[in-house]
Amino acid sequence: MIEWRDHGVVLSARPFGEDGLLVRALTREHGLHAGLARWTRGKRRDGFVLQPGVEADMVWRARLSDQLGLWTLEPVRDHAGYWLDDRRRLAAIAAAAALMEAASAEREPHPGLAAGLEAFLASLASEAWEAAYVTWEIGVLKALGFALDLTCCAATGATDDLIYVSPKTGHAVSAAAGAPYADRMLPLPGFLVGSGAYDDKAIADGLKLTGHFLSRDVLGVLNRDIPDPRRRFQDLFAESAIERP
Amino acid sequence: MPAPAVERLIQQLARLPGLGPRSARRAALHLIQRPEAALSPLLRALADVQDTVRTCSQCGNIDGRDPCEICRDPERDATALCVVERVGDLWAFERAGAFRGRYHVLGGVLSALDGVRPEDLAIDGLIRRASAPGLTEVVLATNATLDGQTTAHYLAERLAPTGVAVTRLAHGMPVGGELDYLDDGTLATALRLRRPIER
Repeated sequence: MIEWRDHGVVLSARPFGEDGLLVRALTREHGLHAGLARWTRGKRRDGFVLQPGVEADMVWRARLSDQLGLWTLEPVRDHAGYWLDDRRRLAAIAAAAALMEAASAEREPHPGLAAGLEAFLASLASEAWEAAYVTWEIGVLKALGFALDLTCCAATGATDDLIYVSPKTGHAVSAAAGAPYADRMLPLPGFLVGSGAYDDKAIADGLKLTGHFLSRDVLGVLNRDIPDPRRRFQDLFAESAIERP
Repeated sequence: MPAPAVERLIQQLARLPGLGPRSARRAALHLIQRPEAALSPLLRALADVQDTVRTCSQCGNIDGRDPCEICRDPERDATALCVVERVGDLWAFERAGAFRGRYHVLGGVLSALDGVRPEDLAIDGLIRRASAPGLTEVVLATNATLDGQTTAHYLAERLAPTGVAVTRLAHGMPVGGELDYLDDGTLATALRLRRPIER
């Protein structure tokens, strides 16, 4: 019998039979792992519903390592439960969970990804959580080997007036150097280079930026699309930025 | 080894919610051994349901008539509409007897995991009903889960142009709940949505 104990975040919980859920969770030591939990969908146990965004202590058991395995879950916090009346935070939790499920390699330990997700979920309580989401996605790109370089201009080496990112290289570009190619550049919101506050448009720009590289470099090579919840999350800010220019 | 007909009955019963192969076998045996007391009434009830029960074209309720009794009842408050995920939720409201308006059954909730999109739910019908003159309030009674509340937020946005007041069920302390046994999220929500005590 193989058995291990870990801590992680539930990314999805799909019904499996009448009283089972097929749970995929991102754990600290064992990465993205699936298993069957004896837990009826929508039923509360110890005050918790098993859904994306639930942080839990987990035990995984199986007779052989290549089997689906059984979860024993002890939830410690339901992040979605905290923010049921907040549309954007709920959308962020759904987007983060769906993105992690789509982008993580199964059964490949990646403590950085798990820690990053837990840190982002904890940051939802802060005022600057929207910026934290964009920063978290940049961290995901970096952890998966596709780091953006936003420190200086790719063309001139300048460190100020950085307002674009090259969609090819992921390198920042200054206003002057990027002007001739402005229509092809990705906008670089100021809050990512420490200059200026952020608004809905800046967050929408940040999500467009990370979405481009997630789609091309991370999910594209896996033949996967950007997950619907991530797309909807970006739409919330894009629509708001259009309504309130 | 049961006869093929009995085996088929067991298989059909085992597909019902709450029944597994063992309990289906026991139920089948019970029906076969009590043809007059159990099997015949069940057959008649099933035939009745098949012949008479239909889905209400207005609200999505299951009833013997279309429109259903609730939609036809003139005593019902025509100014309030309660939106629920499933018929079972509507029945729960009716058992509680706390709502005297009419209902709208969505048929589920938005769910990226299950691939449920807005066009899969009865949302266009809801917008039509909410736009009708005389309606003043839509109560969104979706479950207090990530999918349920995501759907509620989406509906609130879709209903905004109709000008009707959109409300949702309160979240927080359950009646009879003890603080010590509440999960963190419920407790935090109850505290955030606290309200003054009426004097």
